[in-house]
Amino acid sequence: MEELWTSLIESLVGLGDVVRFLLRLVAESPRALLRFDLIAKQIYNSGALSLVIIMLSGLFVGMVLALQGFQLLQRFGSEDALGTAATIGLVKELGPVVTALLFAGRAGTALASELGLMRATDQLSAMEMMAVDPIRRVVVPRFLGGVIAMPLLAAIFSVIGIYGAQLVGVQIMGVDAGSFWSQMRASVGLSDINEGIVKSCIFGVTCSLIAVYEGYYATPTAEGVGTATTRTVVTSAVIILFLDYLITAAFLK
Amino acid sequence: MLGVTGTRSPIATPLNPSASIVEIRNLNYGAGGRPIFSGLDIDIPRGRITAVMGPSGTGKTTLLRLITGQVAAESGSIVVAGEDLRSVRRADLYVLRRRMGMLFQNGALLTDLSVFENVAFPLREHTDLPERLIRQLVLTKLQAVGLRGAAELMPGELSGGMNRRVALARAIVMDPEILIYDEPFVGLDPISLGVILRLIRRLNDALGITSIVVSHDVQEISTVADVVFLLSGGKVVARGTPQQLHSYPSEIVRQFMGGLADGPVPFHYPAPDYFGELLARGEIP
Repeated sequence: MEELWTSLIESLVGLGDVVRFLLRLVAESPRALLRFDLIAKQIYNSGALSLVIIMLSGLFVGMVLALQGFQLLQRFGSEDALGTAATIGLVKELGPVVTALLFAGRAGTALASELGLMRATDQLSAMEMMAVDPIRRVVVPRFLGGVIAMPLLAAIFSVIGIYGAQLVGVQIMGVDAGSFWSQMRASVGLSDINEGIVKSCIFGVTCSLIAVYEGYYATPTAEGVGTATTRTVVTSAVIILFLDYLITAAFLK
Repeated sequence: MLGVTGTRSPIATPLNPSASIVEIRNLNYGAGGRPIFSGLDIDIPRGRITAVMGPSGTGKTTLLRLITGQVAAESGSIVVAGEDLRSVRRADLYVLRRRMGMLFQNGALLTDLSVFENVAFPLREHTDLPERLIRQLVLTKLQAVGLRGAAELMPGELSGGMNRRVALARAIVMDPEILIYDEPFVGLDPISLGVILRLIRRLNDALGITSIVVSHDVQEISTVADVVFLLSGGKVVARGTPQQLHSYPSEIVRQFMGGLADGPVPFHYPAPDYFGELLARGEIP
């Protein structure tokens, strides 16, 4: 019982540290925005370099969604609603969540291991010694790069996913193209898209924060960097799915 | 902003004990519940090459971290270039650090920047100099360490010795008053080692810098240091010129300078008597 209590307190303290770290990043962000070239480079690293994996995954997820959706909707004789079903599934749920999970695996691990290695090879200490704040110069641009890239990736994922659904639903399963698109346009509202945008923004902050936090505070050894990278993926995945439930519930009201 | 060509006045370099640039008094510091320094006193003379030596684990690198304000002392005072580190604010510490250069053990070059950009890094971060001037300054410093031709290489393409020379060029690009070397000779081949030794001497004399070298390479450091502090057990056990230390009447100093395997610093990690242990385990009939 006492152990449980201690570990609960420890995790609360850990959470407090992360929040303090986040506040520091946010406080430094306005000044970091003045040097947008640094952020642009990180948007490229986190975003552009993740494009292929995001687009491929989006395509396949959309295609599977169409297959499953078609089978289900056929039972009720409403295959025409396939466009709506696939789009809502992608925009509200699969787009943000799957993108965030892939983002944590592709960009988050890269961020964490890069920062961890910089710590292990004294690069961060060297910056401190050159009177350059590593948080401002290194961490904040990476954080902001991730925060900006993630919603864009989620949007691309959803668009490609819808195309994949159309490919399977209309071209292969024979759903009428006109009703596929027109039903979608008629029944997918702005609120659905908003929910997707809110989710992907929150997931972007979460994934980027976890990655830079784990990397920045990694134990400066080979093992420490490995642990930080693993923790980035595992923590991100669990928190994303948990937050996804909370946000979905909040939007139901 | 710091002036580019250096705002400090030319430093006369008589060996005057009162002209110390770093003064450490009664310093206490511990890590992980283990005391590292207890009552440490050190004066580092301005304009000279001071070596801090000692067996592994005596806290040489920790001393550098204390002098540069990366960690705070538990008690006692550290005054660096007139600034008392106890009462210094973070912003002032950064101002003070612009007057220091530090060469890390592994160079600590930023791996995503080229050699040129690494050396230019402090200039770009702290000054608004035009590109032409930055180029000129960086190439001058690279020329001083003999690596102007390597300006466009990436750190991954450099050898260990070159890596450290680039880091040295970066450490002097802001014209520091104090240049700190953390184990600069570790893992270098004899040629690179000779180059680094010569550079330490030349930079010290040509730029009027105060150099602090942490090392345990007795032979190498003896050829270049003006003053040597030998640390052991959290205290200074000997102080003097390298020649004085070689004939110092103390067991520990003789062991260290002579590289003897056993002495006051024991060869064996503390353990129960081996014979007794074997007897107890019944491995000896």
